[in-house]
Parts: sequence; C-alpha cells; structure tokens
Amino acid sequence: MRSTWRTLDPELLRDVSAVAAGAAVSGASFGAISTSAGMSWWLPVVMSLLVFAGGSQFMAVGVVAAGGSPAAAVVAGLLLNVRHLPFGLAIGDVLGKGLLQRLVGSHLLIDETTAFALAQPDPRKAKTAYWLCGVTLFVAWNVSVVAGALIGRNIGDPSAFGLDAVFPAALLALLLPALKDAATRNAALLGAAVALAATPFLPAGVPVLCAVLGLLITARQKVPA
Amino acid sequence: MTLTAILVLAAGTYAFRLSGPLLRDRLKLSDRVKLLMSTSATVLLFALVATSTLAKGQSFAGFALPIGVLVGGIAAWRKAPFVVVVVLAAATTAGLRFVGVS
Repeated sequence: MRSTWRTLDPELLRDVSAVAAGAAVSGASFGAISTSAGMSWWLPVVMSLLVFAGGSQFMAVGVVAAGGSPAAAVVAGLLLNVRHLPFGLAIGDVLGKGLLQRLVGSHLLIDETTAFALAQPDPRKAKTAYWLCGVTLFVAWNVSVVAGALIGRNIGDPSAFGLDAVFPAALLALLLPALKDAATRNAALLGAAVALAATPFLPAGVPVLCAVLGLLITARQKVPA
Repeated sequence: MTLTAILVLAAGTYAFRLSGPLLRDRLKLSDRVKLLMSTSATVLLFALVATSTLAKGQSFAGFALPIGVLVGGIAAWRKAPFVVVVVLAAATTAGLRFVGVS
C-alpha cells in the first residue's frame, strides 16, 4: 500500500476533493431528508456506512417516505446497484491482490472510484486514484450524513446551488479521454440513447444497465489488434 | 426504513461489488474480453451521466441541469481544469434556476 501513496500527485488530490465536496453536500442532504422522513438519526448513519451508494440510499428512503414497504425499498435500491458488478469486472485489478485489499476495496467500488480509475493512464496511477477517491469519498460522505442527520431539516435544497450538476459533470470530465476512441464513443452514445429511451418505462437503475446493448451492437464491428 | 431492510440492501450491494473483482480472477478473461469489460464500464457510466442529467425520476429534469452539465462538458473538452469544470457546471445550473429557468 505504501507504494500506492507514493505516486500521489497534488492534481489528483484536488480533483478528488472537488468531487468529495459535492458528495459531502449531498450526504448532508441525505441525513436531513432521512430524519425529516421520521428515521432516528442513527439509521441513515448506519445505512451510509454499510451501503455507501448515495443513489440507492436516496431511492430506498424515498420509497418508504412515499408509503412503500421496506421490501420495495430494498428491491429499488438493489436495482440501482447492480451496475457495480460490471464495474468490478472492468477495474477489479486496481483494488490490489491481497484478500484484505479485495474485501475493503470492494466496499469502495462506486461510480466515482470507477471513473477515476478508468481515467488514469497506467495501472499504478489507477490504483492510487481508486483508493484515494474511495477513502476520501467514504469519509466525506459519512461525516456529512452524520452532520445532516443531527442538524436535520434546516439544510436548504442543494439543487438551488446547482449541486446536482456536480456528479454528472465530474463523471463526464473523467470519461472524456476514453470517449476519444471512436468505437467506445459510438457504443457510449448508442447506450445512452437506449438508457434515455427506456427511462420513462423501466424502474430506476434498469435503463442504465440497458446501455450495454449499445456495446453489444458496436462490438461486432470492432477489430481487435 | 427498518434496520433489517438496510442490512439486506447493504449485503446485496456488497455482494455485487465483491463479485466483479473475484469473477475477474476466476474467469481468466482474454485481453479482448477485458477490453470489452472496460468499455462496458465507460458505456454504463456515460449512460448514468445522460440519465442523471436529463431525467428526474421518470420524467424530464428541466433545462437548468442539462445546460449546466453541457457547459461543464464543453469546459472539460477545452481542457479546463477539473475543478473549473465542476464549478462551472454547478454555477450555470444555479444561475439558471436563480433567474427562473427550471
């Protein structure tokens, strides 16, 4: 692990901090929304520590707040998190080889860590970026959820500050280098079109998975070196 | 939200996360399949960008959010620093909402 941190550069730290700041505001909002929905302060805190996937946490709490059953909330949350499996298949190597690195590293497998790892030019930098982003976001997310849960409903709506634009804009910036490749770009554009077309009809999480169809269609044309 | 529901969601999510790295070892994937896996992660993340930009739930998210993300995307394409990209996207979306564009 020590060699992982030695390659740490200030630019990466700054980029990760920017994403963490956005996640922190989102986490505070999650804590506040959960307690406003009638949960004890420690429930969103335990949830954030153990689930650590913001989208599914908002979704699950939202389903229950809207009168759904806890079982429905679990199913909705899990559907959103299925995408973590292909993420792990794609970048599983960057976690490290040891069992502990696998077990701990897997818990840090989220959209942001995957995007940061994919954006790096070599495996060594990808490993550093993955762990730095994962640990930083884990701390930022959980500390802010505690704060939000304790402060409660006095937190304003983060979307008034445009903070809902942070997540997609950051992901897009991280994906741009990979999208320079024409085959990847075509697959991504087709996949996004499929996901958007499916969004009004399928439960949240499933449309994004449908995007893989874009890859299946374009992969046939790809000639490997 | 009950503690049991949280534990089931956490266990299921962790199972998804752990399966990828473990399967990757067991399956002895060819280089071509590894490349496909990496491309599929990019495709999934890009679809996530598209849906979280254009949709709120199952309906249209309004114009402020996609315009903000587009401004951020153009800045990134013009090689602006990452922090600038993120701040520009948020500021554009916030500004549009402030002047009444939803």
